[in-house]
This record gives sequence, C-alpha cells and structure tokens, in this order.
Amino acid sequence: MNALILDRIHFAFTVTYHYLFPQLTMGLALLMVIMKLIALRTGDERWNQAARFWAKIFAINFLLGVVTGIPMEFQFGTNWSEFSRRTGGVIGQPLAMEGVFAFFLESTFLGMFLFGEKRLSKLAHFGAAFMVFVGSWISGFFIIVTDAWMQHPVAYHLLPNGTYEVSSFWGLLLNPWAWLQYAHNMCGSVVTASFVVAATGAFYLLEKKHEDFGRLFVKIGVIAGLISCIAQIFPTGDMHGRAVARYQPAAIAGMEGLFRTEKGAPVVLIGQLDDQAQKIDNPVPINDVLSFLIYGTTSAEVKGLNDFPRDQWPSALPLLYYSYHIMAGLGTWFLLLMTAAAVLLWRGRIYASRWILWPILLSFPLPYVANTAGWMTAEIGRQPWLVYGLIRTSEGFSPHVSAGNTLFTLLGFLGMYAVLSILWVVVVYRFISTGPDADPAAGPVQPEPATLTAV
Amino acid sequence: MGFVWFWIVAVMIAAYVVLDGFDLGVGILSPFLARVEDERRMLIRSIGPVWDGNEVWLLAGGGTLYFAFPLLYASSFSGFYLPLMIVLWLLIMRGVSVELRMHIDHNVWRSFFDGMFFVASALLAIFFGAALANVIRGVPLGADSYFFLPLWTNWRVGPNPGILDWYTVIGGVVALVALATHGALWLVLKAPGELENRARRAASTLWVALLLVTLISLPATIAIRPSALDNYEAHRILYLIPALVVATLVGILSFTRQRKPLAAFLSSCFYLVFMLVGAAVGLYPALLPSSTSPARDITIANSLAGPHSLRVGLIWWSFGLILALVYIITSYWLFRGKVTAEAGYGH
Repeated sequence: MNALILDRIHFAFTVTYHYLFPQLTMGLALLMVIMKLIALRTGDERWNQAARFWAKIFAINFLLGVVTGIPMEFQFGTNWSEFSRRTGGVIGQPLAMEGVFAFFLESTFLGMFLFGEKRLSKLAHFGAAFMVFVGSWISGFFIIVTDAWMQHPVAYHLLPNGTYEVSSFWGLLLNPWAWLQYAHNMCGSVVTASFVVAATGAFYLLEKKHEDFGRLFVKIGVIAGLISCIAQIFPTGDMHGRAVARYQPAAIAGMEGLFRTEKGAPVVLIGQLDDQAQKIDNPVPINDVLSFLIYGTTSAEVKGLNDFPRDQWPSALPLLYYSYHIMAGLGTWFLLLMTAAAVLLWRGRIYASRWILWPILLSFPLPYVANTAGWMTAEIGRQPWLVYGLIRTSEGFSPHVSAGNTLFTLLGFLGMYAVLSILWVVVVYRFISTGPDADPAAGPVQPEPATLTAV
Repeated sequence: MGFVWFWIVAVMIAAYVVLDGFDLGVGILSPFLARVEDERRMLIRSIGPVWDGNEVWLLAGGGTLYFAFPLLYASSFSGFYLPLMIVLWLLIMRGVSVELRMHIDHNVWRSFFDGMFFVASALLAIFFGAALANVIRGVPLGADSYFFLPLWTNWRVGPNPGILDWYTVIGGVVALVALATHGALWLVLKAPGELENRARRAASTLWVALLLVTLISLPATIAIRPSALDNYEAHRILYLIPALVVATLVGILSFTRQRKPLAAFLSSCFYLVFMLVGAAVGLYPALLPSSTSPARDITIANSLAGPHSLRVGLIWWSFGLILALVYIITSYWLFRGKVTAEAGYGH
C-alpha cells in the first residue's frame, strides 16, 4: 500500500467515524428545542423531563463528536499538506469561521443548557437549548461550505505561487452547491435523530417500561421522521441530484452504473456492477426514469461513462454505485415505514401496534448507514479530483509523511475508536435502560452535575 | 496585514494556553490533591462547564492559522506528524475521561478514568511545551519548505534533531510545571476547604520549581538560538517582556501568600502570556525557523494567504471574536464562585 491510498483510508475512516456523532446531535438538538418549546407552551413537565433525558444522550454524543472532530481539522495539515498549502486561502476561511462562530457558541451554551437549568429561568434555559441548536447547525454549514468548494469550486482565483485565494467572500458562502448539500445533509441528520428517538420510544413500549415517555418519543420521532424523510427525497435529494448531474456528469453516470450514453436512460433498482465488462449483472431497471429525474423529460439523453476520458472516471466505481444505491434504497424504506407509522399515529393505534413498533426499533441503525452511504456517494463521486477540476487527489497528500507512519497512526485510530465505541455502547445502554422516569434530576431541587454529561 | 494576523494567531494560542492551561493543570495535580471521591468530583466539577470551551481556542486558533498562513500550517502539521497524532489521541483520552468517569458507579471504572485524566493531562502539557521549543529551535526545512521529524534521534540540538532533544525536553518540563502551578492557583480560587489549602501549598511548592525551570529555559534558549535576541537588541524596550515575566512570578508567590487567589491566578495567566510573547518576539518575523539555513525559514511574508482573503477575514474575525468573548464571559460569570461537595449527585 502506498502513502496516497493510506492517507485516503486514514481520512475516510476518521471522518466516517466522526460523522456518526454529529449526524445525531444536530438533528437531536432540533428535537430537544421542540420538546422544550412544547414544555414552555403547554407547561407539561413531561416534555422537560424528556428533553433532560435526551440531553444526556446528546451530551455523550456531542463529546465524542468533539474529540473525534479535532483530528479532522488537524488531518488537513498532517496527511494532506499539499492540498492545505494550495487551498488554505479558500477553505481555511470556512474552517476558521466554524471555530470562531460555531464552536464557541455551541460549547458555551451547551454548558449552560446542561448545568444551568437551576440557575436559569425557564425561558433562558429554552434559549440556551436553542443556541446549542443554532451553534451545531452553523457548524454543519461551514463544514458543508468547505466540502462544497471541493465539489464545486467557486469564487476563487489562482495566485502566482500556485495557491488559491478567495475572490468573493459571499460567493464562497453562497455557493449554490453548498446550500443544496446543506439542506440535504441537515434533513439526513434529522432523519437519524427522529429514528433514534422513535426507536427508543418503540423499545419502551415493547418493553412495557416508561410507557408514558415511550409514547411521547414515538410521537415526536414519527412526526419529525415523516417530515424529514419526505424532504430528504423531495425537494432536497432531487435538487441535489440534478446539481450533481449538471456539474459532475461523470459522477452521476457512475452512481447509476450507466456506461453507454442513452436516451430514456433507466434507473436500476438493484443489480451488481461489473466494471470489467462495463455492464450491470441481474439488473432490475425502470426505463426512462433517470432521464426524467435529471431533465424532466423521459426522452432526454444521459451521458454514459464511455463518453468521458478514462482519467476522469470516478476511481472506485463499484463502491460509488453501491453507496448511492444503498442510500436511495434505504431512503425509500424510511419513507414507507414513516408513512405507515404516521397513519397509525393519526388513527391513534400506533402505541399498541407491535408489528410497526418492531420495525421502528430495528431500523434505528439504518439512517446512520444511509447518511454514511450518502457521503460516500458525494466524496467517491468527486474522485479522481480532490478539488473538482482543479487538483487531483494524487497531488494533495503530504509528500514527506511515509506510508509506514500513516499506517501506524491509522492503526492507532482504529484501536482508539474501537475503545470509544465500546464505551459509547456501555454508557448509552445505561442511559436508555435507566430511562427518563428514574431521573433524580427531575424537579426543581436537582443537584448540580459535575460536567457536561452528568445531567 | 501579515503583522496583524501574526498577532491574531498568537493571541488565540495564548488564550488557549491560559484557558485550557488551568484545566490541564488540574489534571496534572488531580492524583496528588484529591484524596477521596468527593474531592475528585469537586476537582473535576471546577473545570466541568468550561474545559470544552477552553479547548475550542485550540481549534479556532488552528483554523485561523490554516486560513492565514496555509504554508506554515501545511509544513508544520505534516512535519510534526507523529507528535501531533499523539496529541490528538491524548485529547481524545482526556475528554473522554472527564466526561465518562461518573457514568458508572464502580471504583474500578472511576479509577481507570482518573488515571487516564492524569496521564493525558501531563503528557499534553509536556508535548505542548516541547512543540513550542521545537518552533524556537527550528526544524530542518527542505527546499520545498517541508520537513519530517522523528520523535527523537540522538537527543542533541544538531542538524538532524528529533522532536525531543535536551532543549525541547526543557520546554516540556517548563510547560508541565507552569501549567501545574496554573492549575493549582485555579483550584485555590474554585475549591473549598481542605482542597483549597492543599492547592495553596502545592502552588507554593511548585512556584520554586517554576522559578528554577524558567531561569534555566532563558539561557538555554539564547544558547541554541542566539538570534532570538536580535529583536530585543533592535528595540530595547522589549526587554520589558522578560522583566514582566519575573514580575508575574513574584506576583504569583506574594499574592498567594497574601491570600489573594484571583490576583495570584491572574499573575499566572500573565506569566504564561509574557512567556509566549517573549518567544514570539524572539522569532518574529520567522514563524518556523529553519535549523539549516535562515534562507529557508518559513516567515510571515512567504506563508501568508492572499490579500483579499485576509482583508475579508479581518472583518468576520473581529465580529466573531466579540461574540465569542460575550459568551465566554457570560459563562464564567454564570458558574462563578466555589464549587461545592454535594452528596447524591449523579443520576
């Protein structure tokens, strides 16, 4: 294995693991704000208690998001120094802004939200929760702006020394790609949080423990889940897909496994990509749909991979194809499940319908898979470019960090994150099995907790 | 513009050292000061609501460095590859140990995280000190402005140094002692009763060590890097900075004796700031000097990002920092006063 491939695996592994945490906390922050808002409006203390329970789960996930996030910012320099040197004048900007505008906000108000319920008024405590939500969503925005510039570079110019500089600050922040990707990504985050909340509710109902809270969690999880699942597909997924087709046509051909340019191109629901023979084995196609999705007409021509020079093909073609299909397939499942659940909720029958509570419970890991697969689609689709059309991935890694050193730290991260995963499971299991009822922090005389997660 | 951004990054690093410094110091002292479970909890509670925010200065400072001096960021982060990765692992271990210790009511679980908290805090202090010393000593920059340093070679300051040599080890020890002192003074301020007394005694003892290592570090720096004095000789008023280092050292001891904990803690803050400013003045305008030839130094001029980026950056940075200061001051004010031992906390 050479340094380039190891640097890629290094980044891919650490960023994929990292994003398991923010994808929950960003969505959960929104749901906690909604819970606090309902409590504030109705005076129903159960919603405050529910928010307090989720705050504990939020805090541990937030912590793991923070400690696994620091390596991301460092890795641009450690493993991708040539990329950093050339593009720091552009993407250093949103990364620095994330620190200054999001992290200070988030960390300060999280401290107040977790520790300050006794010291703050109800409205101020709601305000703290709201600011945590704002901070985490701003943070996500700046990261997406960074990635969007790599996907679709705008508002830059090349300096004589071969490095890039921002030519328009607003042009960078208003990159249309960023806003589409942001909308699609934040929806995905709410999907994850909704499924986790609904699944926890389903677990309590099936377990016949904390059933009062089980019903609240299923209710809010299903409603938020249905809305976010719809928005995930339409309009955000639809618009994002069309942007990919427009600006990265080779990526869309790879995602769909389309080798030959076709009029009335099909969508293949399932099938195995054979990149040697350049075809899909055992395909289940629906004709014309791809042309329609991209161009709004069934007869439009979609360019196949064969019409692109070989050195512009996405380099991990089968993985790109499967990532995209897993994302899209799971998205469809989420919509079906949440629609059925919402109908039952509306009819008032969901809490006793074990046949729907079971799939809700078992589906909670799937949004993590779908979000990960979505990001893999975006980032593998961008290959062989590091910055689309400007810098190739093979030009970006650190020239003086040997493959052996990279493998050493990759193995270190694998070990470290294996331990973190075990600790996460132990602690979250304990929170969920204790449940919201048993929380001694309920009521006005709660003792002051020691740190972030001891709420 | 380069001058402004140099000091912006320097101020952010200084803010990180002063703020995260005291919670690292609390970690370094934790096994020596806290003897029973209640005291360990108080110790951690004294930094509970703020440690995460303190660490943000590292991230924000790193991001700003990346943005303003891309070449410096690229060269130093890839060149200090291994120690940076170790720092990352230590930051992970430390964050996890602070937050997870109370979640399971087993002595073994808690002791494990207490040990991790101590080890990670102490090693972080040493690594940060050694990192700064590496920057002062210089690194073997190649013609392409890159370098790669192993953790150690022969422990000598020569043409092929390691991250650790006798000089950078001194830097590590200075940081360890300085942050331990800083943490002790924070605890005098925040901890009640017996813990406060113990912290005060620790601060007085550590002060002697701090005086000693500070006095060793100054001639050592001049010995390995005579040009560190150039700016001082050019502008003699700058000799005020080492004088202020001495003044803050005196302040730490006398305010501690007079039972003025806030003044003593602030003296320690300024001690750290003046030590860093002193080093920055010695380096300026180099950011990462070359140990082989001054022509290869990474300087403000050759690593600065494009002018438009920097002009725009100055606007949002000022705006963002004012907001950040408002949050931070609010937070410290909200959690002001001494921490208390409360039975039955947890969940």
